[in-house]
Amino acid sequence: MTAGGTLDRRAVVAGLLQERRELLVVSALGSPSYDLMAAGDHDRNFYLWAAMGSAAMVGFGLAQAQPDRPVLVLTGDGEQLMGLGALATIALRRPPNLTIVVLDNGHYGETGMQPSHAGRGVELARLAEALDFPSAETITELQGVEPLRRRLHARAGLHLAVVKIEPRNWPRALPPRDGVFVKNRFRQALGHSPS
Amino acid sequence: MVSESEPGWQREVFDVLKAAGVRHVCYVPDAGHAAAIRLAEADPGIEAVVLTTEEEGIGYLAGAWLGGEGGALLMQSSGVGNCINTLALQPCIRFPLLMVVTMRGDWAEFNHWQNPMGQATEPVLKQMGVMTWRADAPAEVSPLLRGAATMAFEGDSACALLLGQRLIGEKEWVK
Repeated sequence: MTAGGTLDRRAVVAGLLQERRELLVVSALGSPSYDLMAAGDHDRNFYLWAAMGSAAMVGFGLAQAQPDRPVLVLTGDGEQLMGLGALATIALRRPPNLTIVVLDNGHYGETGMQPSHAGRGVELARLAEALDFPSAETITELQGVEPLRRRLHARAGLHLAVVKIEPRNWPRALPPRDGVFVKNRFRQALGHSPS
Repeated sequence: MVSESEPGWQREVFDVLKAAGVRHVCYVPDAGHAAAIRLAEADPGIEAVVLTTEEEGIGYLAGAWLGGEGGALLMQSSGVGNCINTLALQPCIRFPLLMVVTMRGDWAEFNHWQNPMGQATEPVLKQMGVMTWRADAPAEVSPLLRGAATMAFEGDSACALLLGQRLIGEKEWVK
């Protein structure tokens, strides 16, 4: 298996966010947060800037507290590899409204494109299957994005999708770094006032 | 299921969390948390989430708070070491982070391999901006945890109650 794939990560993320309606999105530090910002800032986006390996757990906690809304976690292969145990934790509870999308370029893009475990043969979708995720898939063609988008809005079951993207760094689209502001904006969009 | 030898303060930990409106209890199992874990798992009003490693709980509680709900994280002192980098989320996002930590390497520890992390637990928490309290006697547990919960949930703060080995009791070491 070759490292990463051929898809344009910005086109993948923009496609997933079309007609987002009730969608809540958590993005991992680095490129997934830039991709989410590039697709358009939104009150119901939460961008992480630290705590590598935590994005799926933030999305899991959010999905548990907001069971009536679809929750999308956008992460990368290196980030999710740092939180492999989290996949086991999430697999036990199977929140039906949670979708984890791993943008897999097979590399640590932020630090100089060193190959990751995923780029050296570890397949995260197979790991998710072994953990008994109700469904997991690997997407290598852009046509796979629209069915994934429809699926996450249906809240039809915990799902992990590995999307094979081109190992290439795009110009950064920097989201707000004030976490308190982004948190309060997010919570207010769900009807919770700042304390 | 209820252990005859389970001390009353163990149940009080759960009662205080429940009274504080905690909806999520994340934990890595420890004998000192056995009652709280059992009661949380049995409570239909609480999501009890077993973790593979403690730092998962910090991300989880940050996410639950984004969604409007509060929780608590139960762990042993060794787990504090696993949490250090992830604790950055709390001051950067500012959300209620209430932790209850059973101590090892603290007093009468038979396994000295526990001592380095046990001795570092409270300083490390403080260095990461977590407010800490210690309970070493049964009567201290409930009021200290209540106060910690107040400061966590009223102030969007990081608060940890450490349950000392003098409280938990000497662990029997069968050679």
